[in-house]
Amino acid sequence: MPDVRLLGISGSLRSGSHNTRLLRAAERELPEGVELRPYERLREVPPYDEDEDGDRPPAGVVRLREELARSDGLLIATPEYNQSIPGQLKNAIDWASRPFPDSALRFLPTAVVGASVGAFGAVWAQAEMRKVLAACGARVIEGEVALGHAHERFDAEGNLIDDEALEQLREVLGLLVGEIRVREAATL
Amino acid sequence: MSTAQTTTETTLPVGLWKTDPIHSSLEFSVKHMVVGTFRSRLPDFEATLTVNDDGSALLEGVGRVASVVTPDPNLTAHLQSPDFFDAERYPEVRFRSTEIARRGDAITVTGDLTLKGHTGRIELNGSIFGPVVGLGDAERIGTDLTGTFDRTQYGLNWNAPLPKGGFAVGDEVTISAHLEFVRA
Repeated sequence: MPDVRLLGISGSLRSGSHNTRLLRAAERELPEGVELRPYERLREVPPYDEDEDGDRPPAGVVRLREELARSDGLLIATPEYNQSIPGQLKNAIDWASRPFPDSALRFLPTAVVGASVGAFGAVWAQAEMRKVLAACGARVIEGEVALGHAHERFDAEGNLIDDEALEQLREVLGLLVGEIRVREAATL
Repeated sequence: MSTAQTTTETTLPVGLWKTDPIHSSLEFSVKHMVVGTFRSRLPDFEATLTVNDDGSALLEGVGRVASVVTPDPNLTAHLQSPDFFDAERYPEVRFRSTEIARRGDAITVTGDLTLKGHTGRIELNGSIFGPVVGLGDAERIGTDLTGTFDRTQYGLNWNAPLPKGGFAVGDEVTISAHLEFVRA
């Protein structure tokens, strides 16, 4: 029975997403007692509209906020679109950051990783995602996985076959779970 | 020719002294956008001054960072977040003196500031007055202290570069304590 629940959000919607694969790789590298549930309904989060952000927000937003509230930590895998965060991912975080400041993101331990077919593994998008999450009040950990040339890093079954990236992924997960355990210990 | 008298007292009045919360304040300020000065307060705090018969003295203070407020709720929330104070994990800021030196109305307090899990030595300078017998017959002493520290030494690292150089928030923080003590 896991005692730490992570939510995983891939910032890419397409079926063959490298970032979704990266999240699946993370699922296979989790420390003992940790589960990671992929959030697969990013597409259902509508464009942010303050007129809709009241007592009865859209159903896709309610689900996202509930999933975050049920989670002890968040792992985001982001691609990089035009040197920045994909719109759908940024939009979901904007919804999740509300109501501000007492949102489900506040003080939530959060890690960001990323994959791209280019050489740099979405490092700019990751940096901007961390900045945005910190502005939302999340507890953003320092670790990074920048999986460049991602189309060459998975086998036919979708397994991550880059040992260095796997090690980095385990390190990030360890840091993330460590932050969660510190937080839990402080609130017991 | 001046006839004003000056005190050359070098000791503090023996006893246990506690801050009057209504008439004491703890403020901090930092440069903003290079040119401005941003000021805020930490209203939920208390301090005690213990002066022993042998003249040794200890000034201790504790404040709750969740009480820091600004005119902008977004800024207040940002100050509470891990980018700044991290109020969830480090709810308190503490000070404990290591040396207090008084000469007349002037006072220097050296001590350890603990903020966001980091402890560093700082020096506070200012003035001290009293004791006097205030309304209600309680003895009071007052001190105004100010000092500086580098916030990045305490893990408060957030910043943003300005378009033509410089940063949004200065590293040096000035703290000002205006403490009115009542004999306990």
